[in-house]
Amino acid sequence: MYRYDEFDHGFVAARTAQFRDQVERRLSGELTEDQFKPLRLMNGVYLQLHAYMLRIAIPYGTLSARQLRKLAHIGRVYDKGYGHFTTRQNIQFNWPALKDIPAILDELASVEMHALQTSGNCIRNVTTDHFAGAAADEIADPRPYAEILRQWSSIHPEFSYLPRKFKIAVTGAPSDRAAIQLHDIGLELKRGPDGATGFAVYVGGGQGRTPMIAHKVRDYLPEEELLTYIEAVMRVYNLHGRRDNKYKARIKILVHETGAAEITRQIEAEYEEVRKTDLLRLPESEIQRIAAYFAPPDLPEKPARSGALEAAKADSREFATFVENNVTPHKAAGYGVVTVSLKPIGGIPGDATDRQMEVVADLAERYSQSEIRVSHEQNLVLPHVALDDLPALYASLKAQGLATGNAGLVTDIIACPGLDYCALANARSIPLAQDLSTRFGSPERQKEIGELKIKISGCINACGHHHVGHIGLLGVDKRGEEVYQITLGGSGDETASVGALVGPGFKTEEVVDAVETVVDTYLRLRESPDETFLAAVRRLGQQPFKEALYGAA
Amino acid sequence: MTTEQTAADLPIWRDGRFQADEWALAGEGEAVSEGPALLPLARFLAEREALAARNAPLGVLVEPNEAIEELAPHLDRVALVALNFPKYADGRAMSSARLLRERYGYRGEVRAVGDVLIDQMPLMRRCGFDAFAVANEPTRRQLAAGKWPDVPFYLQPTGATTQHEIPAGTRPWARRPD
Ligand code: HEM
Ligand code: SF4
Repeated sequence: MYRYDEFDHGFVAARTAQFRDQVERRLSGELTEDQFKPLRLMNGVYLQLHAYMLRIAIPYGTLSARQLRKLAHIGRVYDKGYGHFTTRQNIQFNWPALKDIPAILDELASVEMHALQTSGNCIRNVTTDHFAGAAADEIADPRPYAEILRQWSSIHPEFSYLPRKFKIAVTGAPSDRAAIQLHDIGLELKRGPDGATGFAVYVGGGQGRTPMIAHKVRDYLPEEELLTYIEAVMRVYNLHGRRDNKYKARIKILVHETGAAEITRQIEAEYEEVRKTDLLRLPESEIQRIAAYFAPPDLPEKPARSGALEAAKADSREFATFVENNVTPHKAAGYGVVTVSLKPIGGIPGDATDRQMEVVADLAERYSQSEIRVSHEQNLVLPHVALDDLPALYASLKAQGLATGNAGLVTDIIACPGLDYCALANARSIPLAQDLSTRFGSPERQKEIGELKIKISGCINACGHHHVGHIGLLGVDKRGEEVYQITLGGSGDETASVGALVGPGFKTEEVVDAVETVVDTYLRLRESPDETFLAAVRRLGQQPFKEALYGAA
Repeated sequence: MTTEQTAADLPIWRDGRFQADEWALAGEGEAVSEGPALLPLARFLAEREALAARNAPLGVLVEPNEAIEELAPHLDRVALVALNFPKYADGRAMSSARLLRERYGYRGEVRAVGDVLIDQMPLMRRCGFDAFAVANEPTRRQLAAGKWPDVPFYLQPTGATTQHEIPAGTRPWARRPD
C-alpha cells in the first residue's frame, strides 16, 4: 500500500483546513450556495435530492483493513449506518450533515484518505483493475502508475478548471477489468520491443448521453514518458475542448469532432514540446520507489492444490458455487482472489453496513494481508487468500450475508442510485435491480445462464454504465411515466462495445418480464452452454430478441 | 480598507497590494492613448507595424479562444499580456499563461482579468500570473485582510512560475514554496 510521507500528510492537512474555512463561511452565510458549489465539489461534497452527499476517493480501489474500519466508523457516526460503494471505486455517504464534513475529512486524513477531486471539472480519482497486483494474467501492477498520476493531478494549477470532468483508468492485464476504453484516457501496460515497460494510450472514451469507445493514440509510450504525455493530452483538451455546452464538453466530443488522426497529431506535437522541458520525465529510481509500496506480499509457499478446499467443495454445493464464481486465480500458487459480493439476492447493489465493513476488515486482516479492493462492479475483493482458508472465510462471510456466490452472473447487477437519491433521475434503478435479482435468484438458474452483466441507469447520464451492460436498462421519462429501454451487446472489457437499443421501452411492471424474455431467447438460441450471452448477441444480432419481445414484424 | 482602495481607483492586485491601473484599453475603433495602451490581440496583430513607432509600452488582451502562439513571435515588444477569464471556471487562460512563461520565456507582466476570484488566484499564480484585476468585492476584502488560500504543497513542477518553488523530496514532480 502507498504510505503518506510528511509531504503528503501536509498536503491533505492543509487542504482540509482550507475546506473547513470554506464550510464555516458557508454556514455563517458569507458564502452563498452558488459561490460554495465549486468549492464543495472539489472536496467531494454534492447536493442530492434529500441532503448533501460526500464522495470519498479510494485511489485505484485499494484499502487497508484500518481504512475500511474507518469508513465503517464514519458510516455509523455520521451517516445512517451504511455506505455505498460506487462504480468508480469510491464510497459515498448519503446523509452527512454539512457541519460534520470537516470532521469527517479529519477522520479520513488520519488514515491517509481524502475526498479530493471526486467531483468537479478536474482529473478524477484514477481507477484500475480491482485484481491489480494479484491476478495471474497481469503484466505489471498498474497501481504505482495510478498513484503517480493521482499525485501529479492533485490540485493541478493548470488542469483544475477543465471543460468537464476527466477520468483516467489503467490496466496491467490484457483482460481489461478497468474498462479503459470507456475513459477519457485509458492506459494499458505492455512490454515494449526492448522488453521495457510502457503503455498503449487510448483517448476519448466515455459513457453519458453520447457513449464512445476510445481511440488508440499511441501504441507504445515508454513508462518514463507517462506524465509528459498525459500533460500534452490535458493541455490539448483544456485549450480546445468545448465549453459552450456541457453535454459536448468531454474529450470524447473533441476527439469525435476533430477526428482521431488530427487529435493524435496535436497531442504528439504538444508532447514533443513538453518533452523539451524535461520536467516531467519519470526517473527509473522514482518509479521503483513508488512501486516498492505495492510490492507483492510475502505469501508463504503453498501447493497449487488444496485438499481442504477440495473436501469442502465436495461437501457443499453452495460453497462450490461460491468458489467457482467468486474466486479468481492468483499469481501465487495455492492462493486465490476472492470477490465479496455486495449483491445479495434482492438487495441493494453496492450498499454495505458499518458492521459488514468491519467484518470484511477483520477477515482481510486474518486472511488477505490486511488488504481490500473495491471493484467498479460495486463489490469488494480480498486479493490474497490461501485456498486452504477459503472454507473458514466463506463461513464468516456467510454469517454476515456476504457470501453470495454470484460474481459475474446475472444477479451481479450494477445500478445507479436513481430516483431514490438522485435529482436527475427519470426512473428507479435500485428497486428494479432488486426485482431482477429476485427473479433470477435461484442458483441453478444463474448457473444455467452463466456470465451475464446487467447494468441499470436511471437516466441518460449513464452512471449505472448501461451502455456497456450485456443487457443495459435505461430509465426514460415518457409523458410522465417511468419507462425502461433495453440495450443489448454492450461490453466494457478489451472487446469494448456500446449496446444497441432493441426497441421501444417497457413500463415498470413489464420490464422484468422483458428481461426474462431476452434471457430465455438466449438460452434457446445459444450454440452450447459455452457460448456466453455476449457472444450469442454478437453472433445473432438483435433480430431474434426483437421478435421475442415485440412479435414478428 | 480605506475608501481610496476601491475597485475603481486601485483595481490591480500585484506584489501583495492593490495598485492603480496605468493601462488604457483601446478596443476596435477606439483611439490609442499616449500612455501604456492595451490592445485586443486581433487589433495588435493588424496594427503592430504602425504601433511600433509609438514611444509608450504596449499590452495585449487575449481572449481564451485565441491562440497564444500567434502572439509569441512579438512578445519582445509587449510589456503586458492580459488573459481574460470570462468565467472563473474557464481554465483556458491557465494553459496560455504557462505557455507564455515556460515555452516562450515571457518576462513581462501576465495579468488575469475578468472573473477573478480568490479561490483560483493561488493556482493562477502558479501558472505564471503576477497581476490580477480584481473587481469582486469579497475577494478584495479577503486579499486586503491578508488571505491567500494556497495549499503550500505542490505536486507539479510548473516550470518558470512567478513564485519561487524548490523540489520537495525525491519526487521530480513535487515542489514547495522556497
Ligand atoms: C446521486 C446523484 C448523482 C448525480 C446527480 C449524478 C450525476 C451525473 C451526471 C450529470 C453524469 C453525466 C456527466 C457527464 O458525463 O457529462 C454522471 C455520470 C456518471 N456518474 Fe453520476 N451521478 C450521481 C451518482 C452517481 C453514483 C452513485 C455513481 C456510481 C455508482 C455515479 C457514477 C457515474 C459514472 C460512472 C458516470 C459516467 C462517466 C462517463 O461518462 O464515463 N454517479 N453522473
Ligand atoms: S444515471 Fe441519472 S439517475 Fe442515475 S445517478 Fe446518474 S444522474 Fe442520477
